[in-house]
Amino acid sequence: MSDLRELYQQVILDHNKKPRNFRAMDPCDHEADGFNPLCGDKVHIYVELDGDRIADVSFQGEGCAISTAAASMMTQAIKGKTVEEAKTIFDIYQHMVMGEGNAEIEQIGKLAIFEGVREFPMRVKCATLAWHTFKAALEGGNDAATTE
Amino acid sequence: MEHQVAPFDAARVRAEFPALGLTVHGKPLVYLDNAATAQKPRAVIDAVERYYESENSNVHRGVHHLSQVATQGYERARDKVRDFIGAGAREEIIWTAGTTEAINIVARSFVRPRVKAGDEVLLTEMEHHSNIVPWQMLRDELGIVIKVAPIDDDGALDMDAFEALISDRTRFISVVHISNSLGTINPVERIIALAKARKIPILLDGAQTVPHAPVDVQALDCDFYAFSGHKMFGPTGVGVLYGRRELLEQMEPWQGGGDMIQHVTFEKTIYNDLPYRFEAGTPNIAGTIGLGAAIDWLAGIDHAAALAHENDLLEHATRELSQIGGLRLIGTAANKAAVVSFVLAHAHAHDVGQIVDSEGVAVRVGHHCTQPVMQHFGVPATARASFAFYNTHEDVERLVAAVRRVAEMFA
Repeated sequence: MSDLRELYQQVILDHNKKPRNFRAMDPCDHEADGFNPLCGDKVHIYVELDGDRIADVSFQGEGCAISTAAASMMTQAIKGKTVEEAKTIFDIYQHMVMGEGNAEIEQIGKLAIFEGVREFPMRVKCATLAWHTFKAALEGGNDAATTE
Repeated sequence: MEHQVAPFDAARVRAEFPALGLTVHGKPLVYLDNAATAQKPRAVIDAVERYYESENSNVHRGVHHLSQVATQGYERARDKVRDFIGAGAREEIIWTAGTTEAINIVARSFVRPRVKAGDEVLLTEMEHHSNIVPWQMLRDELGIVIKVAPIDDDGALDMDAFEALISDRTRFISVVHISNSLGTINPVERIIALAKARKIPILLDGAQTVPHAPVDVQALDCDFYAFSGHKMFGPTGVGVLYGRRELLEQMEPWQGGGDMIQHVTFEKTIYNDLPYRFEAGTPNIAGTIGLGAAIDWLAGIDHAAALAHENDLLEHATRELSQIGGLRLIGTAANKAAVVSFVLAHAHAHDVGQIVDSEGVAVRVGHHCTQPVMQHFGVPATARASFAFYNTHEDVERLVAAVRRVAEMFA
C-alpha cells in the first residue's frame, strides 16, 4: 500500500491530469514516435534545438498516469538544458527507476519523485518511454522507439 | 422451459486449487485473469509431478518400461481429448504447443498450398492476433486478400456483413468462437452453415470456449478446431489442433524431424501417419498428461451448473461496475461469456490494473492481443476481469470495491 502511494504521488496524478507542454510543434527540428507494446502507450516527442541547447520540447500521445506524468515532467526538466545535460539526467533517472542506485539523485530535481517506480519493475517502461523517444528523436532514425 | 440447474458449489471447487489460496500484498488473492490462463487444480499439478517423478521417459519406440509408461500416458491423453471434444478418431487430434501453433499449422500446411494471389481468407474484427498474423504472413508471401467481418458497437459480429463478405474467391474462413477481449460468443453454427453451403473450409479458435462449455466438433461440423490446455486448467505449452481426417490426410507436415517419419534416407523421406506426422521432435509429454488430468477433473464438474454460476458472476459484475461513474464497458453483446472489459474516464487501464492489484485483485490490462478491437472502440487498452467457475460473488465485490478506489483516486 505504501509502495502504491509512493508510486502514485499527488504530483504524478496532477501531471497526468494536466500534462505540461502537451502540444504539437510544427515545424520542429526533431521528432519521434514511441510505443510501449505492453500496454499500448504511445507518445510523440517534439524537440526544437538552439545550437546544442533544447530550446523547446513538447509531447502528445496517450498512456497511463506514470508514462504521461513522466513525459510531462521530462519536458520541464530538460527544457533549456544542453543535449548532453539532458542525457546525463536520463542516465541518473534510468538508474533510479530501475533500482540500480540513486547516488546522484539530487542532480535530477523533481524527477526524484519517480523513485517509487523501482518497486514496480513492470512500470519502468512506462516511466522511461518518453525519454527513450526523446533520444530517438535526437538520433533522427526512422524507426519508432519502443520499450522492448 | 429452462431445465432447473443445481446451485454450483464454488467453495468446494476452489479448495482444489492451491493458487486460489494465495495471499497477494497481504490480501487474499482474487484471480480474475482466467481468459489469459486458468489456475490449476491439485489433480493436474499432481499428474505432472507424478510424471516427472516416476514416469519420465521419451515416447514411442522405446522398449524399456518407462518409455512404455510415458507413451501410454501420452496416447491416453490424446484419447481423452478426442472424447472431450467429440472427435471421430484419435488420428484427428494433433498435439501442438497451443492455439497459436495450431492456427499456424493450418495456415501453413492446409491453406498455403491451396491459395494464389487474389484468393481470400475471411476473418472477423475481433480475432486474437494469433488468428490475424499467420494470415498476414501468407498475404505477404502469396498476395492473398484478408477480408475482415466487422463488429457492431456492442462487440457482436455483424452477420449480414459477414455473409456479404463471402465471395467466390473465399478459400478459407477462420473465426474466434468466443472473443477473449469482449466475451462475445459468436453464432458459430450459423457461420459454419454459411461456410458449408459454399464448401469453404473453416477453423474455429476455441481457446476461450473449452474452459466454459463442452464442445462437440462433430455436432458443430467444423473442419478445424484449435485450443490450448492452459486456459482449461491444464499446463502451459500444450494445445490441440483438431482437424477432419480427410483434410489432415491431404496436408504436408509443416516441420520435419524425429517421430514424424516412417523412413528416412538422404534421398527421400516417407512421412509418418496421422497424427504423428505433425508432431516432429520430442513433444511436451508432461503437458499432454497434465491436460489429460484436467479433462478427467473437468468430468467431475456439473457443466450446466458451472455455466449458470459464471453467468451469475457476469451479470453481478456488469451491474455493479456499470454504476461506477466514468466507467464504460467494452463488449456488451447479448450473447457473452464471463468476461468484463472496461475503461475508466480518467484512469488508464494500466493504472487500474496496478491499483486493483494492490488490493489483491488480478485483472489483465492492455490490448489483450486484439488491437483491432481496441481501435474499433477508440481505446488504447482496457482492464479485463475474466471469470472461471471457481470465482465467487465475493470476488466480484472485491473487484468492484478496488475499481471504485481507482475512480476516486483519479477523480
